[in-house]
This record gives sequence, C-alpha cells and structure tokens, in this order.
Amino acid sequence: MIAELGHFSLVLALAMAIIQSTFPIMGAAMGNLTYMSLARPAARLQFLFVSISFGILVYSFLINDFSISYVANNSNTLLPWIYRFSAVWGAHEGSLLLWILILSIWTIAVTYFSHRLPEYFLSRVIGVMGLVSIGFLLFMLFTSNPFERIFPIPLDGADLNPLLQDPGLIIHPPILYMGYVGFSVAFGFAIAALLGGNLDTTWARWSRPWTLLAWIFLTIGIALGSWWAYYELGWGGWWFWDPVENASFMPWLIGTALIHSLAATDKREIFKNWTILLAICAFALSLLGTFLVRSGVITSVHAFATDPTRGIFILALLAIFVGGSLVLYAFRAPSTKSGGKFKLLSRETFLLFNSILFLVAMLTVLLGTIYPLIIEALNLGKLSVGAPYFNAVFVPIMAPLIIFLGLGVLTKWKQDDFSLLLKQLRNLLIASLFIGISIGLIFFENNQLKSIAGIVAALWISTTSLYSLFVKIKNKKNKLAAMRIISRSFYGMLVAHIGFAVCIVGITITSQHSVDIHQRMKIGDVIEFSNYQFHLKDLKAVSGPNYEATEAIVDVIKNESLITTLRSQKRTYTVRNMPMTEAGIDAGFTRDIYMALGEPLDNESWSVRLYHKPFVRWIWLGAILMAIGGLLAVLDKRYRLRILKKKIITINNEAIP
Amino acid sequence: MTSRKKRILIVSFILIGISIAATLILTAFEENLMYFYSPTEIANGEAPKVRAFRIGGLVLTNSVKRNPNDLKVTFVLTDTVNEIKVIYDGILPDLFREGQGIVANGKMKSDNIFVADEVLAKHDENYMPPEVAKALEDAGALNPYQENKVAK
Repeated sequence: MIAELGHFSLVLALAMAIIQSTFPIMGAAMGNLTYMSLARPAARLQFLFVSISFGILVYSFLINDFSISYVANNSNTLLPWIYRFSAVWGAHEGSLLLWILILSIWTIAVTYFSHRLPEYFLSRVIGVMGLVSIGFLLFMLFTSNPFERIFPIPLDGADLNPLLQDPGLIIHPPILYMGYVGFSVAFGFAIAALLGGNLDTTWARWSRPWTLLAWIFLTIGIALGSWWAYYELGWGGWWFWDPVENASFMPWLIGTALIHSLAATDKREIFKNWTILLAICAFALSLLGTFLVRSGVITSVHAFATDPTRGIFILALLAIFVGGSLVLYAFRAPSTKSGGKFKLLSRETFLLFNSILFLVAMLTVLLGTIYPLIIEALNLGKLSVGAPYFNAVFVPIMAPLIIFLGLGVLTKWKQDDFSLLLKQLRNLLIASLFIGISIGLIFFENNQLKSIAGIVAALWISTTSLYSLFVKIKNKKNKLAAMRIISRSFYGMLVAHIGFAVCIVGITITSQHSVDIHQRMKIGDVIEFSNYQFHLKDLKAVSGPNYEATEAIVDVIKNESLITTLRSQKRTYTVRNMPMTEAGIDAGFTRDIYMALGEPLDNESWSVRLYHKPFVRWIWLGAILMAIGGLLAVLDKRYRLRILKKKIITINNEAIP
Repeated sequence: MTSRKKRILIVSFILIGISIAATLILTAFEENLMYFYSPTEIANGEAPKVRAFRIGGLVLTNSVKRNPNDLKVTFVLTDTVNEIKVIYDGILPDLFREGQGIVANGKMKSDNIFVADEVLAKHDENYMPPEVAKALEDAGALNPYQENKVAK
C-alpha cells in the first residue's frame, strides 16, 4: 500500500511540475501576475511530493520490503542499515529519483533565495526548471518506476552491489548529482534571459552564485569519486578515463569555463552570447552524463544499471532540451549588443583563450568517450579508446591554459601595458623556473623533465596568483587593512588557483614517480620495496555482517623502525558470491603506502600488490582548495545587494578625507 | 592597432591553436584506438600482427595454469568455436574465474598466443562484457548468461 502511495506521489509531483512550468512561463509572456505567482507554490508542492516519494522508498529499504522489485534487487536483510539507506540510489530507478529530488531542492532554493529577482524573470527560471522536471518525471513514470511490485515476493533480497558498500559511496552520488543538476539553475537563468530577450548582464550576476555552487559540488563529487576508486578498486589508480568518469568531468570542464565567462559578462558586459552557450552546454553535458551512465551504452566498470530503452528516452530528452535551447538561442542571440571593448593585451583576451581551451579539452574527452559508441551504432566494429589517448592530448591542452592563467590574473581588464607586464612577469617566471628545476634535479632521479614541467607550472600559477595580491596592496600604507577590503571573490580566485596548482603537483609526481610491484607472498615473507620492508605477519579469516574475508597483516619497516601496520582484506560477499578487495593504505602528506591482496595461490601464498605513491593526496587536497575558493566567491558580499550598497557608502566615506 | 586588425589577430590565434590541437588530438586518437577481435576472427587471420588490440571470450575450464614461483599465468580463451592461448604476468582481477567472460588488452606473440598487458573482468558475477556476448553470438554459441538467467 505504502509503495503505491510513493508512486502516486510522483504522479502528483508531475502535475505540480506541469503547473510550475506552463503558467509561470505563459504569465511572464502575457504579463499576467496571477499566473506568475503560481511558480513558487507549485515548485514547493512539487518538492513536497517528490520528498514524500523519496521518503517512502527510503522507508521501504529500511524495513526490507522485498515485495518492491527495486528493493529486492538491491538490498538484503544482512545489509547494515546505513547501506540499506544508501542502496536507495544504488541502481537506476532510485538514483533517478534522487536526481529529481535534487532538482526540486535546487528549484525551491531558487524560490527562497531570489527575492531580488523581478517576478517575470523568476517565473521563467522556475518554469524552465519545471520543464526539466517534467521530462525526468515522465521518464521515471514510464520506464523506471522504483515502486514496481514483484511476485512472488522473494524471501530475501539480492543484496547491494558490494562495490557500493562503502562509506565513500554513501555521499559520492548525492554530491555529484548536486553538481550535475545544479547546472540546471544556470540553464534556467540562461533560457529565461533568452525567453525574455533581456540579454543584458544582470542575468549573469544573478546566476553566478548558483553556478559557482553547482561547480563546487561537482568538484567535490568528482574528487570523492576519484578517492573512492583509489582505495576501493584496489588498483592504486585515481583516474581511469572511464566513460563514467568522463561523463562527470565534461560538465566540470565547461562549468569551469562558464564560471570564468560569467565573471567577464558580469563585470565587463562581454562574451554574452558565449556565456549563454556555455550555460546551455554545461547542462546538456549533465544530461549526456546521465544518459551515458544510465543507459548502459558504455562498456564500463561503473555501468551498474543497464537498459537500452531507457537510453533512447534520455537521448530524446537530451535532443529536446538541447535542440530547443539552441533554436531559441539562434533566434535571440543575434540581437545582443556587444558590450565593453577590450584590447588584445587584456584580461578579457586571456579569459577568452582559456574558455576556448576548456571547450577544446571537453571536446577531446567527448571524442574519446562517444567515438566507440558511434562506431558500434554504425556497425563498423568494436573498439575502445585507451587511457594513453586522453593523457597524450590533455597535457598539451593544459600547458597553454596554465600559461594564460598566470598572465590573466596579472593583466588588467580592458588593456594593459606590455612592457610593464613583462617586467612583472620576468622575475616570477625566472623564480618559478629556477625553483622548479632545482627541486626536480635534487629530488627526482628519473622522469626529471616531466616532473620539472609540472612543478614549474604549479609555481607559475601560485607565484602569479600571490603576486596579484601583492600588486593590490603594495601601494597601501596599512597592508593588513588593505587586505581586509579586498573582496572575497578575489580570495576565492586565489585559493582556487592555488588549489589547481596543488592538484598539478599531485598529478605530476604521482604519475611520474609511483612505483608498484606484484609479488607472491606467504606468512613470514619479507619484501624490500622502495626503501621499505614489507613483512607479511599473518593471514587470518575475518567475517563481516554479509561477507567472509581473509585479512593480511603487513608490517612496514624503514631503517629498522616500524612505520605502520597495513591490513588488507579479500572479501567474498556471500549473497552475490562476489569477491572484493579492501586495500590497506597508510596515507601521508607526501606519500601513500598502499597494499592490496590479489588472489590466493597454491601452498598458502597469495599474490600481493604493493604501491608507493608520492603526493597522491595532493590531488584531492587541490580539489578541496578549489572548492573552498568557490565557496569564498559565493560568499562574496556583492551578491547581497543591500550589504553591497552599504559597503559602497562606507568606502566613499573613507575615500573623501 | 585598429579593432579590425585586433579581431583578425585574435581569430588567427584561435584558428592556429585549434588546428594544432586538432592535429595532436587526431594523431593521439589514431594511435590509441583499440580494436576488438574474437578468437574466431584471430583464427581467420583478421587480427593485426604487430599492433595492440583487445580480445574477449570465456576462460576455458581447467585451462588456467600458474608458474609456481612467480605470477606468470596462462589460460585459454574461447568463443566455443576457436581457442586462443593467453599469457599474462600479474595479478588477475577479482572476478577472473574459469567459465567467466573476460576482456584482455595486448598483442599477438605468434599465431595463436596472445600476450596480455591487462586483463579485465566486470564487477558483477552475471555480467558478460558486451564484446564477449557479441563474439559468442557470432560464433553461434548459446549465450550462457541468458541460459543462466532462464534457469534461475
């Protein structure tokens, strides 16, 4: 009975979504305030119904209601309750419901935090988001009802995929979806601006904090996914260029271009059309990501849920949203007046170049991701694109991007003086090169060139960023007071760029200097590896709530002192009879020691993988810094108009004496 | 500099950049395409001799042999019509089992020996890599995955 309520609640949510999209958009076109006033209540009611539905699904999982097919396929009485909870989004239907729930969360957030928006504009934004919601609710009701009953009712469930039984996977999907779906807000703002034909720059200012928030979530979501893959898959890798990873990385690349382009549109009234296109593109890529992950068209270790008919539905949705917005764009965009002028040597130019580079980077990833699908669809054979392709093309695209980043932060808006810029940059460049080369030569014996290139790039980004702060305060008497006046956006940019640099260091050193061995070991064996001794002390049987495991206990010794004791497990999840590896990791600021049990061999020995991964933590540390930078920018006072006015008055007062 | 000249300069910068990028991308792309061949296609001599490619099939029961002192392992992959011997040095994935469908990347060593750099098995005991399912279907074998499902 309660499951049917959940289903019915989704139908009600669809009804609300229809009201939420039709009336406000019509109202905005006709100037009918009554119609427009329906936007907020409809969005809030939709949220209520979606939440009820989601709550019922959670409840069904928690009480082990195996009469529901989705619960029976993804849960088990032995599954710990926290994983029964996260199993809600462990497969297709539930993750789709999560998608819709998150969309409605973003929508009501817009209704609550956008009091300053003109009513007609807000109505359009909410309306467009309602349209997206209609598409996904229809998709869900027609192809993927999570509340479908199963008969006969199984005695026990088929268990959650063991790969997903991990703390990282409890939070990774919701955060990633917050990012994906968050771009629907930027999309809503862009389409609302196109619909109204008011392509002035106010829409850019309004949508900036929202876009930044979505970008922050996506950044954290991707980093979490990478971290999870690192410790859970037991291969010591942190990025595989797997189609599902690419699916989240493409919107991130365009999202990054978008937040920079929005800044230019907001501050300098330029790139208006380009920014709109990027907003549409970011959301289209989020939809494409959903399609790739959820349709089962890709050969991927991640494709948990697979069903081709669903793929066609999502593809149709994608075609409607992208096609529709591009047609609208084609009609409206030519009428936009181009805004501020700028010279070749200006921050605008570098922002534009970087925007294009992000687009090119996205296209290369897109090519590698969907080319095999196209070839297969055309019956031209089966092929795959190897990770070396992505590595080979990505680095050369990032190189000019990094150079432009350093130039961009130091160049003024509108125009700059070339000789002055050169004078500033020369010292920074020499310093970066000198320090980078010294570090490379002192610390690394092999792959020196690549290591040096990465470190110099990171130093270039950090020094130019810090120098841009110095430029702002160097002529001020009271440096501390001057630093306090500088906007949070600026500090946000600083922190995010330094985060990027930290990430580059992590990626470079980990890729160039990680070492690993695959070795046969039995109890008592000692292996010398990377200046450490690994001593396999014991192998013992362990059992968990829904698995049996063998645990290896390994002492890591360096210079005759014990560094750490690693414990790695090889688990067999009993319900699905599926083996899983739990790696033993000693995490450190400058290196990780990583051990994973392979497989049992004859005469009581096991195959074991050992890794020494220097600076791998810096990759995720960099991502966290980028997210913190984004957060600082969101918290910038300029997005709160009243406070902003006050600030201008105080600044004027200070300036007068 | 006039705005016209400036625009030409920017556009040419972008064009040059994009053409360099396109060349780089397409070269790297061409080099890293991995085609898939089934044991039957290899037996027919369709697979490349030098270039790396992917192979897929079922691991033949009782064909997995390990070296006693290191991690070298050999096994036979089959699409039920033709067989091919695979040599691999390293740790096999968690779901590698006899009778299981797997995919391997590597090169041919001689006419029917394949040296794998990487062996992939999917993280689901019922899951058949699509390439393997297709290869079995082409070879006319009943898909054991389907059979399994029906029996359940």
